[in-house]
Amino acid sequence: MLYCQQCKKQAATVHVTEIDQGEKRERHLCQNCAEEKGYTAEKVVPFGKSLAGFIVQNVGAKELAELTCPHCELTFVEFRNSGLLGCPGDYDAFERALVPLIERAHEGTSHHVGKIPRRLGTPRPLENDLVRLRGELTKAVNEEKYEQAATLRDQIKTLETES
Amino acid sequence: MIDDLIQKPAEWLRGEGPMSDIVISSRIRLARNVAGFPFLSRATDEQRCELTSILRSNIDGAATGGQWTYLDIEKLDELDRQILVERHLVSRNHAESKGSRGASVSKNERVSVMVNEEDHLRIQVLRSGLQLREIWEEINHIDDKLEDRIDFAFHPRYGYLTACPTNVGTGIRVSVMLHLPGLKLTGEIEKVFRAAKDMRLAVRGFFGEGTEATGDFFQISNQTTLGRTEEEIIDGFSRQVIPRIIEYENIERRKLLEGRVLALDDKIWRSYGVLKHCRTISSDETMLHLSHLRMGVNMGRIKILDLATVNELFLLTQPAHLQKFFGSRLNGEQRSEARADCIRRRLTES
Ligand SMILES: [Zn+2]
Ligand SMILES: [Zn+2]
Repeated sequence: MLYCQQCKKQAATVHVTEIDQGEKRERHLCQNCAEEKGYTAEKVVPFGKSLAGFIVQNVGAKELAELTCPHCELTFVEFRNSGLLGCPGDYDAFERALVPLIERAHEGTSHHVGKIPRRLGTPRPLENDLVRLRGELTKAVNEEKYEQAATLRDQIKTLETES
Repeated sequence: MIDDLIQKPAEWLRGEGPMSDIVISSRIRLARNVAGFPFLSRATDEQRCELTSILRSNIDGAATGGQWTYLDIEKLDELDRQILVERHLVSRNHAESKGSRGASVSKNERVSVMVNEEDHLRIQVLRSGLQLREIWEEINHIDDKLEDRIDFAFHPRYGYLTACPTNVGTGIRVSVMLHLPGLKLTGEIEKVFRAAKDMRLAVRGFFGEGTEATGDFFQISNQTTLGRTEEEIIDGFSRQVIPRIIEYENIERRKLLEGRVLALDDKIWRSYGVLKHCRTISSDETMLHLSHLRMGVNMGRIKILDLATVNELFLLTQPAHLQKFFGSRLNGEQRSEARADCIRRRLTES
């Protein structure tokens, strides 16, 4: 019989798989301890914490180790271990390492096309065109219309250089 | 506040709204951070407190649709925090973390704005049934009102900046909770999982025994938050994904009625028997049987009960609600007994 890892007295009847920092961790608990720990209602998988497993190794390890945010002093290595960024500035500070990761988590894109704060004004026409084109590109890729996708990519590039 | 809450049904278990026989509830959450502050993992205790006070006063000013109550989660006792989790007003993470944090909750329990969760703000709107369009209108309006007062961290390329890059862009998480006993009974549920995965949606069991895919309740949510507008993400749910799953579930329910009605009735009535006569019962077993009752009521197989009673039991039998009602701390064994007691009483009354 497998005993509960918490109280070590009762039989473990609840088996939880947690994904923590990209690592699978199994917990075996009895009914009481599981309830105590809150595993029987909504099971929360710490989504953000699973990021570490996502890191794409196309930036040199040494270079990565030296990346530090000038604003909050978080290092990229610390981010990789926790899955959480330290400040808004990290998105620029870690750009080269982050973009592949963001693209991987968001179906290949790293460009926001949704709501924009009103204080930044309404999007300019050019931005709207880009938004639309990027949407069409995603659709074309999903539908495996590669020729159309290539044309769209060219149009987006042209617009981007204009802006 | 908490004592008022527990006197009424939780919004997510109201059992109203479109498609509520299959769609238990819909929820949209937006993640936002205040510009000029570090994210919470790098914030000092002082900065955390500063954020709490800035956000608290601005949330009060942005409240829509009636009065909101601010709860200082740090000061609440553990049982009260647990009550909020069971009512889906705060995340388990928020209840169990440390430091200055809070939640502003609307009186009808549809709106909850969490302060200092993983991000500085997590705005959530929740309604029973399938009501994503309505929820989006409401949450977008709240977000606008907050934005009139607070500058949120925003990047021209990446959109709204979040502590975890998996939420960046729109910061939106759309979740729909479904009751799919038909698909589960006929074993077709795996196909739904696979289809959802192909569409980059996350499916997770709800009320389950902790293991994947046990129980009949499932929550489906988006994983991609960047590269699509909020409306596109929401429409994907309300026009494509959810209607298809509903249709599929109804087909399976019809199959059960046509070919396996005896087995179906047996399941429902056995569950009724267990719940009505048991003397001690775990929360997992309760969920299993309540699921059968819910299916029985919605499929017209059991008429001596109404949906409201079943929904109420889902909430009352959760550990914190149970202890609140019994007015004392109960250990696991005592809870099982109290739970059986509570169910038996409700089923005898109704
Ligand atoms: Zn135990
Ligand atoms: Zn930083």
